[in-house]
Amino acid sequence: MTESRTYDAIVIGGGHNGLINGAYLAKAGLRTLILEQRNIVGGAAITEELFPGFQFTTFSYALSHIRPEIVKELDLVKYGFMPLLMESTFAPMDNGDYLLLGQDEQQNIVEIRRHSKHDADAYEQFSHDVAMVVQAIRPLLDSIPPDITSNDPEELMRMAALGQHVRSLPPRVVHNGMRLLTGSASDFLDDYFESEILKALIASSGTIGAKVGPKSQGSGLVLLYMAVGEHDGDQGAWSFHKGGNGGFTQVLARAAEGLGVEIATDSPVSNVITANGKATGVALADGTELEADIVVSSLDPRRTFLELVEPRELPTDLVDAIERMRFQGISAKVNFALDGLPTYPSLAERGEGPFRGFINIAPTVDYLERAFDDAKYGWFSQHPYLDSCVQSTIDRDMAPPGKHVMSNFVQYAPYELKGSDWDTERENLGDTVQATLEKFFPGFGDLVLHREVVTPLDIERVTGLTEGNIYAGEFLAPQMFFFRPAPGWNQYRTPISGYYQCGSGTHPGGCVMGGPGRLAATQIIGDLEALR
Amino acid sequence: MRTTPFYERTSALNQTGLWDHWSGYLSAKQYHLSEKLEYFAVRTAAGVYDTSPLYKYRIHGRDAEAFLSGVLANDVRKCRPGRAQYTIWCDDDGYVIEDGMLFRSSETEFMLTAAEPNAAYFQDLVGRGSVQVDDVSEQVASLAVQGPRSKAILSSVAPDIAELRPFFITETKFDGSPITVSRTGYTGDLGYELWIDSDDALRVWDSLFEAGEGNGIMPFGETALIMTRIEAGLLLIGADFGSSRYAWTDGERSTPIELGLGWMFRDIDKDQRHFIGRDAIQREFAGGARWHLVGLTLDWQEWDDAYKRVGHVPPKDHTPLAEEIPLYDKEGERVGFATSSMYSPMVQSHIAIAQVIPELSSVGSEVDFEVTIDHEIKYIKAAVTKMPFYDPPHRRA
Repeated sequence: MTESRTYDAIVIGGGHNGLINGAYLAKAGLRTLILEQRNIVGGAAITEELFPGFQFTTFSYALSHIRPEIVKELDLVKYGFMPLLMESTFAPMDNGDYLLLGQDEQQNIVEIRRHSKHDADAYEQFSHDVAMVVQAIRPLLDSIPPDITSNDPEELMRMAALGQHVRSLPPRVVHNGMRLLTGSASDFLDDYFESEILKALIASSGTIGAKVGPKSQGSGLVLLYMAVGEHDGDQGAWSFHKGGNGGFTQVLARAAEGLGVEIATDSPVSNVITANGKATGVALADGTELEADIVVSSLDPRRTFLELVEPRELPTDLVDAIERMRFQGISAKVNFALDGLPTYPSLAERGEGPFRGFINIAPTVDYLERAFDDAKYGWFSQHPYLDSCVQSTIDRDMAPPGKHVMSNFVQYAPYELKGSDWDTERENLGDTVQATLEKFFPGFGDLVLHREVVTPLDIERVTGLTEGNIYAGEFLAPQMFFFRPAPGWNQYRTPISGYYQCGSGTHPGGCVMGGPGRLAATQIIGDLEALR
Repeated sequence: MRTTPFYERTSALNQTGLWDHWSGYLSAKQYHLSEKLEYFAVRTAAGVYDTSPLYKYRIHGRDAEAFLSGVLANDVRKCRPGRAQYTIWCDDDGYVIEDGMLFRSSETEFMLTAAEPNAAYFQDLVGRGSVQVDDVSEQVASLAVQGPRSKAILSSVAPDIAELRPFFITETKFDGSPITVSRTGYTGDLGYELWIDSDDALRVWDSLFEAGEGNGIMPFGETALIMTRIEAGLLLIGADFGSSRYAWTDGERSTPIELGLGWMFRDIDKDQRHFIGRDAIQREFAGGARWHLVGLTLDWQEWDDAYKRVGHVPPKDHTPLAEEIPLYDKEGERVGFATSSMYSPMVQSHIAIAQVIPELSSVGSEVDFEVTIDHEIKYIKAAVTKMPFYDPPHRRA
């Protein structure tokens, strides 16, 4: 750190939103410092060599949501932004059959027709219907939501504009949107499909990171949220960034530094310093005090409002809302270093073919729902849903030649275990996941060189995400848009003047999207301009 | 249609059944269901492209250098033995007939590649000198091995390849088969081309893929090749220019300067070399060219807005567009034409190779690029950009 300890802005937390926010602030001319508690930036979007020669995406493992505006406005390509294609989605079945979808639409039709002749064009219709809803909500993702508690004419205008936008949409789109936002993934899919494997594959995405089963209301919202990203304009498609999501956050860090941001790692923050209802700086855990007129927290709402500042300085309603906000992490990761590629017997001839994208272990909707049942009663799934990828088939630099790394996102793994704790159960979860993989890929265990189990507790301990919730606050309707993180405080400001929030716990939410970081910067810069 | 010496392997690997016709041969459009997968293999690992359908001419004899320095527009005397040189040949009016790669293995021994047949053209120009032009297209099979891992893979079989610098060639043994390797390519990435006796073709292919196992090596087809060559800013006959031999009008023809190849004539005032088209090219340097070759990067915001405004998802199609796109200035005057365009996954922008009037050819100049959205013509701002669009540091490593 330089000698001068005064900044225009200090961003707490060097995750992707903190980095993006800091970069935009610096771009606007603010002397900006980003403080990161760990020795690397990236937060939950990091890549680590946890076993010699093998690069692990410890937590977050694929990219889709990143707003294209951010890539352009921060000139990320210049700093190495490189989203690689995840070519396929491979869904193994209990009977040894599979559904394998890829980039060729005609081949996808052939493949779906193998399972159901009815579902081929139903799939096209479904994809189009969801894309239409996504297109309708995109403008909302890229703008600051109105404050519904305000009587400010400007806010009333924004509400009116929002109403106008909804009115301008075709009724089918509005209706589909409502069905998704309020209903279950399973019900929505039943309206289109008869093939169980196709339904299970799509329904799986409705459960990611959320304590809902595919038959729970609320899974439709998650399904929709998982569809709002893109890969090179391909709606809902995912990519694997060169070097993993850690590679991506390194790009962000270089871009931020290129804009003049100073990044300090190994700098855990104790608290935000306030005086007379105004933020004046930040105190580090080691006692160092840094001054700034703008302090931005990229941490989750629990930490932003209840730990970095004194709750007594805040309105009771806000404190209540944040205390009521649900986190309840439900996801784990089990990452493997592998001696070779797994084998799926009926696709053994196809070599890497099925492994160049996602592998979706959830053969039926009931399988998913039963996996959720375990979590409802306080235990991790005995037959878990896995969202897996062998990332070294996409980026060869992730593992030595011929070897592989495999990332497995695991559900359900509730933060609170009934009658035990994660330090006790960590390797049991690892065994359960490995046994699941063994069932679908015989001989899997023999390939394992190293295993890394990441429980919700580990997510919380390492990244600071409360209860290990990957979105920094669950994706539930009452925790989105107007209400993220709390009614009246959904515009990145806080009751403390000069103190802002920019993490995934704010609109539009989690995933490696960057929307919160960017929109918060817009708000901050707008507020500064208004003062001038 | 004929098949190349690698067909036994390429046909087994082509999962799509999609083949193009190239110089009378079957040439894979793509091998995998996703051509983008192949593109990324070239950009992040290693891709193998069967270039065997290229025409290859062996030009040899005591007077070969003198002959070629009169026929080819780039100065062949600068291409010393052991080197490769990108070159063109022009007509008397200084219009480009074609381009190709020249490989010089000794003082008197050259090989020239061409996309179209040129045997009659060269043979008719031989005259009395001691030069022979042999069409060896069938005898020489060739593979382009391109991508950041190409060096490691090839040098694991033939270690001397590791030392090969850009535009150098070496004769070596590849797992027992004698081959010539050049550090050249058409992708703008680190890469090599292997020139192989046709009889050894399958053996070399097998050794190559065995060495590449675990390194992500895969064959790639024409679509991925065209994508990479556009990002590299490299010209394609039939797309960015046409052969002057078969053109009807001068409007169809291009001069080297118009194609951005003026650098070949840096020393033209100093050297007395007489080559076909020299006088016209020299005149053009004095008088100015009609067009200048430029790269264009389309404005992402205007592109997105133009589509979003009418309710479309802005397309980002990496498939190269074959047709020519007219370019306009702010007043609506036509000021050029784009000949190759695509969405570049590496650049994350729509890019194009274009020719514009000289006044608008400096980096940062803006032109309007025509697109059709819902049957209506729209104009998207495009900025003149330095080419290559994608130029990874490992290309020079």
